[in-house]
Formats: sequence, C-alpha cells, structure tokens
Amino acid sequence: MAGLLNISTSFISSPSKLLRKPNPLPTPTLRNNPSNRTLIQAKIREIFMPALSSTMTEGKIVSWVKSEGDKLSKGESVVVVESDKADMDVETFYDGFLAAIMVEEGGVAPVGSAIALLAETEDEIAEARSKANSDSSSSSPASSPSASESSPEKAQEAIAAATTIATPPPAARASVAVASLHPASEGGKRIVASPYAKKLANELKVELGSLVGSGPNGRIVAKDVEAAAASALVSSITSESPKSAASSAPPQVSAAPGIELGTVVPFTTMQGAVSRNMLESLTVPTFRVGYTITTDALDQLYKKIKSKGVTMTALLAKATALALVKHPVVNSSCRDGKSFTYNSSTNIAVAVAIDGGLITPVLSDADKVNIYSLSRQWKELVDKARAKQLQPHEYNSGTFTLSNLGMFGVDRFDAILPPGTGAIMAVGASQPTVVAKKDGRIGMQGQMQVNVTADHRIIYGADLAAFLQTLAKIIENPVDLTL
Amino acid sequence: MQASISLSVSSHSSPAASTKSVRTEEFICINALKPANVRFCGLRKEILGFYALKGFDSRPIELSGRRSSRKLSASLSENGVPSKGFDYDLVIIGAGVGGHGAALHAVEKGLKTAIIEGDVVGGTCVNRGCVPSKALLAVSGRMREFQSEQHLKAFGLQVSSAGYDRQGVADHANNLASKIRNNLTNSLKSLGVDILTGVGTILGPQKVKYGKVGFSDNVITAKDIIIATGSVPYVPKGIEVDGKTVITSDHALKLESVPEWMAIVGSGYIGLEFSDVYTALGSEVTFIEALDQLMPGFDPEIGKLAQRVLINPRKIDYHTGVFASKITPAKDGKPVIIELIDAKTKEPKDTLEVDAALIATGRAPFTKGLGLENINVETQRGFVPVDERMAVIDKNGKLVPHVYCIGDSNGKMMLAHAASAQGISVVEQVCGKDHVLNHLSIPAACFTHPEISMVGLTEPQAREKGANEGFEVSVAKTSFKANTKALAENEGEGLAKLIYRPDNGEILGVHIFGLHAADLIHEASNAITLGTRIQDIKFAVHAHPTLSEVLDELFKSAKVSSVSSPIKEPVAV
Repeated sequence: MAGLLNISTSFISSPSKLLRKPNPLPTPTLRNNPSNRTLIQAKIREIFMPALSSTMTEGKIVSWVKSEGDKLSKGESVVVVESDKADMDVETFYDGFLAAIMVEEGGVAPVGSAIALLAETEDEIAEARSKANSDSSSSSPASSPSASESSPEKAQEAIAAATTIATPPPAARASVAVASLHPASEGGKRIVASPYAKKLANELKVELGSLVGSGPNGRIVAKDVEAAAASALVSSITSESPKSAASSAPPQVSAAPGIELGTVVPFTTMQGAVSRNMLESLTVPTFRVGYTITTDALDQLYKKIKSKGVTMTALLAKATALALVKHPVVNSSCRDGKSFTYNSSTNIAVAVAIDGGLITPVLSDADKVNIYSLSRQWKELVDKARAKQLQPHEYNSGTFTLSNLGMFGVDRFDAILPPGTGAIMAVGASQPTVVAKKDGRIGMQGQMQVNVTADHRIIYGADLAAFLQTLAKIIENPVDLTL
Repeated sequence: MQASISLSVSSHSSPAASTKSVRTEEFICINALKPANVRFCGLRKEILGFYALKGFDSRPIELSGRRSSRKLSASLSENGVPSKGFDYDLVIIGAGVGGHGAALHAVEKGLKTAIIEGDVVGGTCVNRGCVPSKALLAVSGRMREFQSEQHLKAFGLQVSSAGYDRQGVADHANNLASKIRNNLTNSLKSLGVDILTGVGTILGPQKVKYGKVGFSDNVITAKDIIIATGSVPYVPKGIEVDGKTVITSDHALKLESVPEWMAIVGSGYIGLEFSDVYTALGSEVTFIEALDQLMPGFDPEIGKLAQRVLINPRKIDYHTGVFASKITPAKDGKPVIIELIDAKTKEPKDTLEVDAALIATGRAPFTKGLGLENINVETQRGFVPVDERMAVIDKNGKLVPHVYCIGDSNGKMMLAHAASAQGISVVEQVCGKDHVLNHLSIPAACFTHPEISMVGLTEPQAREKGANEGFEVSVAKTSFKANTKALAENEGEGLAKLIYRPDNGEILGVHIFGLHAADLIHEASNAITLGTRIQDIKFAVHAHPTLSEVLDELFKSAKVSSVSSPIKEPVAV
C-alpha cells in the first residue's frame, strides 16, 4: 500500500533506448544508418510511462499538460498520469520541445513504454514526428481518442448564419448573423466571451471570433458556443430546403465527420427557427409548376461577359426580375389570407448555403439595376455572408426567392415556399439535351428545368405559366439582360 | 517575572487576601465535586491538569483553586483583581478572534481584563470573514454534489435538478455569523470580561481612552495593553469599490446578488473560496492574478493539483502576471470595466467587461486612530512593528514596554487562529512565562471543495532552508485514491505531501489537498508544535477506515535514516 510516489525517480528518459529497441545486439553494428543514429541519440528523447508505484504495471494518460510543439523546460509538468492509486504530474528532466505525443489522452501504456518524444531543438520536431508515426504501432494505441478532434474548420464556419430560406423573421432573431458588436469590444476586434464560453469553445473547437453573443452587451456566453458547435454537427439543411452553394464546395457540405452516430443533438436556436418556419409553411396551400428552358443563348452571353465580373446568379436574378415586372402577381404575397400585397420593388433573394446554415442575401431592385452592378452587389453580399456581416435588410427583404442547385448536377427539385413570400423558383442544372425541333431536325440544346412553388391563394396556375413563358423568352433571347 | 510580582502584590493587599481565603474554602468544596467538574468543562480541566503536571512552581497551590472556583462561579462575573494603581491588568483593543482568545486566556490566568470594541464583537472573522464564508461554502459544497451527475450516478443517487434561494443562502451565512457573535459575546460576559464600547486610543504608556463618537471619552489605565484591531479588505488604488458591482469580501459574503460573470482580483485563499461559492451558485469567474502563477503561496505541487481540480474543470478562466490598474463599477448600462496592465512592464494588456468584480487582493491592517504616535510608534505599511514576542517596537527600534500587538494588525500571519495563538502567547508573557509562538506550527486552510490545508514550509522553502543550513530535505506523498474512506465518498482526488528531514525525522511541512484536508492537517501541526518526529508519530494508530489514514500512510512512507544522526531524539524501536 505504499502511497509514495516519487516522480523524480520514475521519469525515465534514455536517448539511446530508442535505437536499442529495434536492435537487440549489445553493440550496435554498422548495419544501422550511422548518421541517423547519432542524430537521434543526440537530439530526440523518448518520454516513458513512469512507474508511479511499485504495483503499477500500466498507466493511463489523464491529460497532456503540454501540446505538441510546446517548449519544455526542465522540471515542468508534461503529462498527468493515472496509476492504480493516483494522478500524478510527470515532469521532464530535459529542456526541449514536445515533438510528438504517441499516446493520446485517455490512452493506456505499459510502464516503460514511450508515450511521447522530446526534441532538443525545434528543427528536430518534424523528424521526431515521423519517428513517432513509425513507432506508434508499438505502443498501445489510445483507447479513446478525444472526441473533439473533428474538423475545427467546420465548426468555425458553422455559425448561426442562416434562417430558413428567405424567411424574414418577424423580429430579427439573435441567431442571425448580425454584426452585433460588443460595445466595448473596439469595433469587434476584441472578443468578449465569458470564461465558460471560452472553455467550451476550446473544447468544442469553435472559433469565438465568428460568433455573435447573446449575453449582456453582446457577450458570447456558453449557450452561443454550444449552439454553434451543435449546428456544426448538422451536415446540411434538409433536402427539401433548396439552396445554392455559391460559396462552398459540395464535398465539404456533405461530409459530416463531427456527427456522433447514435446521439440525439438538440436544435440550436437557429435550427429551431428553421423548424418553426418550415412548419409554418404547411399552412400555405402551395403548388408547383415546372418548365424547361433552353439556355444556349444565356450560356453564350455568360461566356461573353463573364470576364466583366458577371455571374450566372446575377444573370438568373436579372432575368427573373424582368419577368416578374411583367407578372406582378407572382411578386406579390398573401399576408392575411384575404388580400394580395403587391410589392413595390422586385427584390430577388438568392439562397446561399453556408456550412451548417443557409442564408438568403437579397438583390434589391434587380429589375432596375444593370447586370454589372448587380454582379458586384452579389459579390459583396456573398463576402458579407461569409463574414457573417449581413444586415437584416440584406437577407430578409426578398419578394421572390431563387434557389439554384445546378452546380451540384441536380437537374430538378422543388422548394418549400418561405412564409411571407408568394413564390420561389428552384433552378436545376443546364444540360446538353437531344431535342427534336419543330422543323423536324434533331439537335443538341442546353436545357435547364425550373420549378416554381407558389401560394395558390394568390397565384394561380395560369399566372405561373405566363410568368415562366416570359422568363423562358428572356433567357432564350437574353438581349434585355445586358441593357 | 512580571506575573509573579503582580501576584505577590495582590496577595499582600488586604482585600485580595480576604478573597483568597474565601476561595481556598471554595476550592476544598470543589475538590469534592471534582467528577462533576470534569464533566462540566473538560477542556478547563485539561488546562488545569497541564499546569499541575508542569509543577508551575512560582504559584501557590491555591492559585489553581482560584481558577477553578472562578469557573464554577462564572455567573458571579468574577474577573481578576487589577494590579495596584491600574484599572485593569490587561486591556485589549479589538474584540475579534485574537482579542477574544487573549481575553479568555487572561481571565484564565487571573488577570483583570477589559476588551474595547468599536464595532461588533467577533471582528472580521466572525462577522465578515471565516465564519459567514464557511456557511456559504457549506452551501456551495452541497450544490456541487447535487450538480455533479457523475458523482451522484456513482452513488446510485437520483436528484432532480438542484436549485437554490439566494436569500436563503445569504440568511444562513448571516444567521451563522450572529450566532457565533452571540456565543463570543456571551463567553466574554460570562467570564466577566468588561466589554467597553467605543474606539480605543492609546494615550501614553499604560493609558487608553475609549468612547463612542460624540460621547465623552473614558480614560482607563492598564498594566498591559494588547492591540488587536485586525484588518480591512485591501483595495489597490485605481479600483473604485461601489459595494454593488465592485465589491470586497465584506459585500460578497452578504450574497446580495449572484452575477453571471464575476472577476476575482487575487487568487489567494479569499479569492479561491469565493470562486468556489460563486461558481457553485452559477457564476462564471475570471481570476486576475499579479503573479505568474495562480494560487501563489501554496506549495507549487499542491497549487498545480488544485488548479487542475478547482479551476480547470470549472467555469473559471484567468489572467496571470497582470494588475487590475483600474476598475470602474457598472453604471449607465455599462458593465464593470477592468483595465489590465502587465505586472512587469506596466503596459496595457487587456480590458475586461464583467458583471461584477470582487477585490480579494489581501487585507490591510486597521491601525488608524490607535494613538500609536503617543507611544512613539510608526506603522510600517500600516502594520504595527513587533518582535517575535509580539512586543511593539518603536521608531528607534526599542521595545515599548507593556504594549503588544497581535493578529492581522502586526501582519505576521493574517489568520484568525494565529491571532488567537499570539494573544495567548502574550498573556503567557505578561504572566511571567516566556513564550515564543512557533508560527511554522500554525496550520492554514482554504475551504474549497475539496479543501486545501498546510502547515510549515513549502517544498521550495524547505529546500532553500536545507541548502542554507546544510541538511537534506525529502518529500513523501500519499494519495487520497488509496484511502478507503475517500473512495467510499467517491472523493479520491487528493494528495498529501510531507516535507521532512530524512536525517532526524523532523517534519518541516505538510500540505494536503483533498476531502476534509482542513481537519486532517492538525495531526501534522500538533506534531510540529510538540516537536514530534516522524519515527515516533508513525507508530500512532489511526482508526480504520478514516481519512486520517492518509496522514498515517504519509508518515509511514517517509524514510528516516536511523543511522545518520547520533541520537538527538529518542527513537522508538
């Protein structure tokens, strides 16, 4: 029952053992690479699982006090080891750098086995790491790799940056990426977060800089971090929610390494809002009308003016806006179930997927603004959306929504109508299609399918048909777009 | 010597002689009642026995009889009879724990004693310190248990969400303080100590005035004077305390609010205990520490472990190596603003906005208005300079006769029980028995969950001392993880550390972090006080299974070389 734990004697570091292990011969022969050998002997030391008590045969790593790459000085604690009796800090006997951790936190290693490598200089860290990789199979692997390993970037990105598509929330919700700055945070340069929020952010690998605080004076509190972390776990918005992925690549969206299977993850505030809006949409009687539009002319135009910074999104928004001007009813909405509200301006909201979220930046007066300005505007909006700096009027003032999944190769889909608007159009990919023409010839045309979901209380089938016809005309003969 | 003179004076004076004879008779009666006496007040009996054993030869036998008789007739308010020409033998300025301890012992010694208090009896400890904070910590400990699902699950317990009523918690602390205050007051009254109300000021040698503001002063004379005026929370300059959002321990104990985010300036005992209380009640805490390490003053190893248990897993973060150069209370909708500067370079480092700031930067002596100038004494940073016997030293470095200073106001060791021990030591001296208190035997405790306690030197201090004085220093450690009782309580986290001389077995320091550490330390502090060596104490038996076995193992694991030193101490074999 000796509880005496003399750390000073239990921390073994023998630079030469590293080599002796693979080579049991008493005298090392020249078969070993001599240069490699001397290098390792001089610079890289192993840190062994210490024997903390006479009865200890293996030890569990409770926590690494230092991280890989940290500078260590003699006598500093490096790791906390749990033996059969106690948790003890293990100190280093040498100055150097913690080059590689070979047994992760929670891992178990037999007494005397290497748990980390210590490099004498920073230059040797890489070398030690490669050494660690080749050796790590010899030490018992971590029994439970820490759960927080999952991609930090996802969590960073995945902030509460979206509402449901184009849903103007009655009151701007806190979860929306508003640049709500802490009054004393020097214009957002400094992060004001509570101690627990910081601790959680560190554990959950959430970037505090990307969060908007809901605490007093805009302070980031624990629940903000939890919300951000939870939203990071949701790989993408449910499939019926249309989205465009203007700013993110598809594999990133679908990959969900952060999801722990078999767990139940509660909604974040933002996801709760999405859910409520989706349910609310069920109270609106919607119907869908599809149309196939030939895009050859549009594609040609796009090629021509692409160099001037014009984007396809801007072109589609412009075309839609021009068509809407001719069909004001499609640009209207039904607020009370008794009347039409004809909107004075034509504001095209375009769904943008951001990792773990969705936001709908709005191109205001898309019918009036010329295509070049519109493209510039769009670029600004996307940048802002990425930086989570969209102002409420920049994402909740849309009168008609456009959602484009074409870049993912989706050829058709339908969208859920965001409450408060009259219609949404889902745009598929333009695909080369063999077409029988009216003159009897068979030819090749680029075609895309669009599908409009509308509120049937105000917009009827004929309205949509007429609107789509106009839209098709504009797209198939896009001279007006560049006016 | 003094005491024997004064006693002989009193016994020769005729009134004293007559009382003496009466008392002697009483003594005889009491002897017959002795068993009752034992049960009545066991502690006193022990003290009596102790002196009898030592054969306290300077005193006639009836003296001890006098003391017992007084005790039994305590209701008669028998205080001592003053030395000739004085109103009192001893006047104590300040009725805190130090003054109270001194007064009790003085009465015990037959001194006519008065205690002057300008505020409430009990001083800082009882009213604004140790006592109410223990009440809050008792609550926080339970909250922690109820909140720790893991802990409860391990017990198989199910508790639905624990909550608390802030006012109820605050009341508990307040009620405890008033209860202890009453106990203290009553104990003084029942012993017949005169409690004089007002601010005490020394007018000159052996002369003190006291009085309430606006009333005429009373002047009394005393053969000896003890200054025990204690301390107040220290607030560094630049910090504006408003008592609501920027507070000291005085306010924090009232628990008028539980802020969401509280900054605690200083990570010593006070700061740590409050972090324990407030985080258990739901606050998040940011420590601001001027030194590079949290918990300075603790043994580094204990500090490290404590940080791992008390800081890291809790809702606490910290800034070290920084001063809070300016703290502005919350107003006009703005939060509390704390400006941090680098402790070394003084460069601005950071700004914090929090809901409240607790200033726990230590305590400053409360020595103003004491009239120290009248006895040619100059305070040093507010502290009254004293020698190792607590005798006050004047400007010229000379001892001021008949004036002593104990407790926080001399700054030697700012702990309630240290003040009390110093007071007892002074009383011993004025009664003619030379006594020097060994401060290294005074334990200290921090009542976090789990607790931290210590006595003697830290490991670096001991190693330095060993290097200077040429002895070897060894360290032994035991873990609470190996203790049955601790495991039964699911509280295996903890460490006891013994720092000792392997050559002679002297205990230099003991540090404990773990369940009930504050109660466990006394085996070690008593051993240090009594000079017990490890080779002796390791044969002491501890009940099984108890936490005290942590220390048992600790002593047993120490390796004292039996050969190296010639027998300085008897070694049990």
